[in-house]
Amino acid sequence: MTAALNFRNVTLGYDRHPAVHHLTGTVAAGALLAIIGPNGAGKSTLLKGIVGAIPTLDGVIERAQARREDIAYLPQIAEIDRSFPITIYDLVAMGLWRRAGLFGAIARGERDDIEKAISAVGLEGFESRTIGTLSGGQMQRALFARLLLQNAQLILLDEPFTSLDAKTISDLIDLIRRWHGERRTILIVLHDLDLARAQFPETLLLAREVVAWGKTPEVLTAENLLKARQMCEAFDRHAEVCETDLA
Amino acid sequence: MYDFLIAPFTEFEFMRRALVGALALAVGGAPVGVFLMLRRMSLTGDAMAHAILPGAAVGFLFSGLDLFAMTVGGIVAGFTVALSAGLVARSTELKEDASLAAFYLVSLALGVLIVSFKGSNIDLLHVLFGSVLALDNATLILIAAIATISLFILAVLWRPLVLECVDPNFLRSVSKAGAPTHLAFLALMVLNLVGAFHGLGTLLAVGLMMLPAAAARFWAKDLTSMMIVAIVVAILSGVIGLLVSYHSGAAAGPAIILVAGVFYAVSLVLGPIGSLKRLWAPGRHLEA
Repeated sequence: MTAALNFRNVTLGYDRHPAVHHLTGTVAAGALLAIIGPNGAGKSTLLKGIVGAIPTLDGVIERAQARREDIAYLPQIAEIDRSFPITIYDLVAMGLWRRAGLFGAIARGERDDIEKAISAVGLEGFESRTIGTLSGGQMQRALFARLLLQNAQLILLDEPFTSLDAKTISDLIDLIRRWHGERRTILIVLHDLDLARAQFPETLLLAREVVAWGKTPEVLTAENLLKARQMCEAFDRHAEVCETDLA
Repeated sequence: MYDFLIAPFTEFEFMRRALVGALALAVGGAPVGVFLMLRRMSLTGDAMAHAILPGAAVGFLFSGLDLFAMTVGGIVAGFTVALSAGLVARSTELKEDASLAAFYLVSLALGVLIVSFKGSNIDLLHVLFGSVLALDNATLILIAAIATISLFILAVLWRPLVLECVDPNFLRSVSKAGAPTHLAFLALMVLNLVGAFHGLGTLLAVGLMMLPAAAARFWAKDLTSMMIVAIVVAILSGVIGLLVSYHSGAAAGPAIILVAGVFYAVSLVLGPIGSLKRLWAPGRHLEA
């Protein structure tokens, strides 16, 4: 088994307060891993740490895909400026960044790829509309089309199904299963436990620290979930310096 | 008609110079204005126009009304404020607007103080309100060079600049170009303001940048057409403003900006996209 990601005693956080505390473990290449935990458990922080958007406070994250272009990351939708006058086609085309870079032209064959990605998510006919005219579900479909073009081995999805209808969710799950079939490594932050049980073989239950990590049915037990809820208390402003490593 | 529209430019050299200057300012500044507007930085241009004042004033203090000294001074002051504000915003909790406000206010006070040490009110008026009817060769070349550089850099930075507006997190996840792009864009804004300040003065310089951009928002849906509309509006404002000034004897700089203001007002009321028109003429709803 080759590792796509290896966490060695990783602590991530803001302003010295840990949001992810002493995480150690390995994500196998080709894994389909659900990340579950209460609000404030550090799920999004963990993804940001993997992409390198925030530095680790402690520990090391080893990535098989060392270059940041080889990681496809879908942040929570709220962080996108939907009022910007850009078309769906152009937004999706940004997925070719790894090949086209800052200035590279987009070749004719790649135009076909863009069209294919747009139709794969069911948005044919929307190419020249601006992103402000899309519904939440359509926007998420467009972002999945961009992920398709990114063609990355490691895919990180931050709550991709929030406020989507059942049809859209099942279409997007089909795409994720297709990626899984292509042996890509996928980490996905979720709140829907039933969805995790039905679709994702492995789960990491996070509550700042790891509560449980392994096969989904063994992780998502009533006992573990209760533990996760209790562990996620608020930041302590007067917290002492963490001594775990010094001892 | 000929007498009214063309003759002023064929007969008087100073009008031809003013025309060339205004066109160069329009072509260089309007696209920058569109990006400023889309990045919700419309007032940043105004703040920066104030920030370049102390630099120009130091140049003025040492060499009087000298093009080179005042330009270099303005660029140095503008870059210093833009870069420090950008860096503070990126590396601390302070947001860009607050950080910029702090820097430009200090800079402005410094500028006025320096001008008041030496020079009269007339000199101050020149710095604040420019002299588009008295552009010499060197100034024209400077303004044209800035417009050229500005268009070239915008073309090169187009992709990361757009992406940084729409989805900065995505840009950060695929590339390290985000921060350099942002800083280069701020630098571009400073360059254009310094160019414009010779023609229109520090206070009006922003007008030819922002008013056409704001007007364009009501006519175009996508970015490319928005740029084109903004440039056309800026050019027309320059030409019509100069003519109005010639025939009425009004000061040229304010006339240009006021014409741009009229374009904005008309767009605001009549523009087909998201203007006030939808309040008084919403139209019947469609089938699908």
